[in-house]
Amino acid sequence: MSVLPGRAARSDAHRIGALVSRIAAALLGGYALAALTSLAALALPMDKAQGVLTGMLLSFVVYAGAVVWVFAARSARRAWAGLLIAALPLVLASWFARTLHFPF
Amino acid sequence: MPKPLPVPAKAPGLRQTMSDLHTWTGLLLGWFLYAMFLTGTVSYFKDELSQWSRPELTRQIALPDPAAAAQRVADALAQIAPGSSQWGMRMPDARSNTVSSFWRTAPGQPGQRGFAQGNFDPVTGAAVTSRATQGGEFFFRFHFQFHYLPAIWGRWLAGLAGMFMLVAIVSGVITHKKIFVDFFTFRGGKGQRSWLDAHNALSVFGLPFHLMITYTGLVTLMALYMPWGQQAAIQTAAEKRQLSSELSVFIPPGKASGQPAALAPVDAMVRQAQAVWGPHNIGGVTITHPGDAAARVSVARGSAERVSMSPQYMLFEGSTGKLLETHDRVGPAAETRGVLYALHLGRFSDLSLRWLYFIVSLAGTAMVGTGLVMWTVKRRAKLADPDRPYFGFWLVERLNIAAIAGLSIAMAGFLWANRLLPAQLPQRADWEIHAFFAVWALALLHALVRPARRAWVEQLWLAAAVLALTPVLNALTTDRPLWRSLAEGDWVFAGMDLALWAFAAVHAALALRTLRHRARAPARAARLNARAGEAA
Repeated sequence: MSVLPGRAARSDAHRIGALVSRIAAALLGGYALAALTSLAALALPMDKAQGVLTGMLLSFVVYAGAVVWVFAARSARRAWAGLLIAALPLVLASWFARTLHFPF
Repeated sequence: MPKPLPVPAKAPGLRQTMSDLHTWTGLLLGWFLYAMFLTGTVSYFKDELSQWSRPELTRQIALPDPAAAAQRVADALAQIAPGSSQWGMRMPDARSNTVSSFWRTAPGQPGQRGFAQGNFDPVTGAAVTSRATQGGEFFFRFHFQFHYLPAIWGRWLAGLAGMFMLVAIVSGVITHKKIFVDFFTFRGGKGQRSWLDAHNALSVFGLPFHLMITYTGLVTLMALYMPWGQQAAIQTAAEKRQLSSELSVFIPPGKASGQPAALAPVDAMVRQAQAVWGPHNIGGVTITHPGDAAARVSVARGSAERVSMSPQYMLFEGSTGKLLETHDRVGPAAETRGVLYALHLGRFSDLSLRWLYFIVSLAGTAMVGTGLVMWTVKRRAKLADPDRPYFGFWLVERLNIAAIAGLSIAMAGFLWANRLLPAQLPQRADWEIHAFFAVWALALLHALVRPARRAWVEQLWLAAAVLALTPVLNALTTDRPLWRSLAEGDWVFAGMDLALWAFAAVHAALALRTLRHRARAPARAARLNARAGEAA
């Protein structure tokens, strides 16, 4: 053990870094995904007010699901990757909603 | 010698990671969640607590007719606030004995942020005066925005805690292999096992409720937490009005015409609404620009007989009393939100359902409490020296004492302040709240300086004592002691006294258990030693 203090410290730092990364992914990444959901819901075929409210209602479910995913994923990197993949269709839907509501 | 690093052979399984997630989301904001749960639970009896806090006001014997009461209060407001751009009144129901009312004040007039408020007797229309207090309203507001910090910050903090709770519930469910079996499992008197079983039973018994109350709590403030869709899509004034009419009965005052016109009889308008919604199913009346030709009167439906808070009201022209519009339909998403909102508040409940709400919500409070305690029970066994725990353990243990036992004392302290503070004290209502926090701070101080187990026992006994003595204090300081309220069938006051004794008994039982637990541990160790000696 005593011959490898550097590696132990580095391994500790790595573990803490990965944990901080996951916490950031859960708190901030999760919120971003939830916020994107509330924007993507505007693409649903309903009037604007209903779309706005549907997005709000769904966002918390997505947030909770995102946090669970982040901590269930095998590594912090995979956690972030999963969030990004989930964000893709939401970004597309938000962009579509934008052209729907503001066609110029 | 340095401890060898634990090298995981493979990544921990889903159940383990979810268990860790459950532990830490539950702990980090657990003290806030416990306080939110308990003050939210008592808020199911908010109106009753408010009645108890104003013992000067006479008990309501018969339910007043909303139409007649609205007319009387409108007449009174015409004297008190003639030039106001808006009057609002909440009609009395079986749970409240006054018409609570607010009105807009012109800039420069007294009143909080452009509003003034008062209570009126529904039978005489006279303004009623009582000791200044927030009553049950304080616990209600505290449970979603706390105190001493800007309301918006408090609501964000409550939202964060709510989100942690939602994650703790979902990860807790994933952690449980045997969620159904666990409900029927209780292994008493076995330390950590018993705490785990109690936590499981409390959680599983109320699981649908806990999940519902947490999610719907977030829904009540969702426009604050998730404003992005609204900001992107709702731009014009017309769109804003349309969205607002999907969410709230509140109508903005708009512009006065400048043409004076007498207000048509309000009672006739309320009667039209009664014909549709039932004689006692009127929630409130709002009048904008009374005395002006552009006056509008909206009469809102009460919360009984439907599980939704979606806005339903009739809009009348103030000068003629002509029905302009019946707003009784909102879009599907707005109706969903209305139902979720109503489920959280439970205002539609009759008395038995309200008690059920109260009891399951108490189970939720106990779920958070047992979870907090379990964090320390689980780790105490592994402490090298239980008398000198590491800082994190010490802190959690002390915060648990103040947050759980201390909160009960503080809440009782609020009730005592309500009875003991002089009626003429300036800012009296604020002082009741300061008393609550001062008592709570003292409880925290006590928890920090006393040995942990003794602090638990002392605070639980103190809570039992002040709770048990509150009915005595009530008998000494008001003319509504228990024997009188029982004889007169005054169930708000009698129920409060009896409930306080029930809570006192719960605290005494917990104090006794904690005390006995302490006495038994060394005895068991001695027995084990003796047996070990025999075996040798």
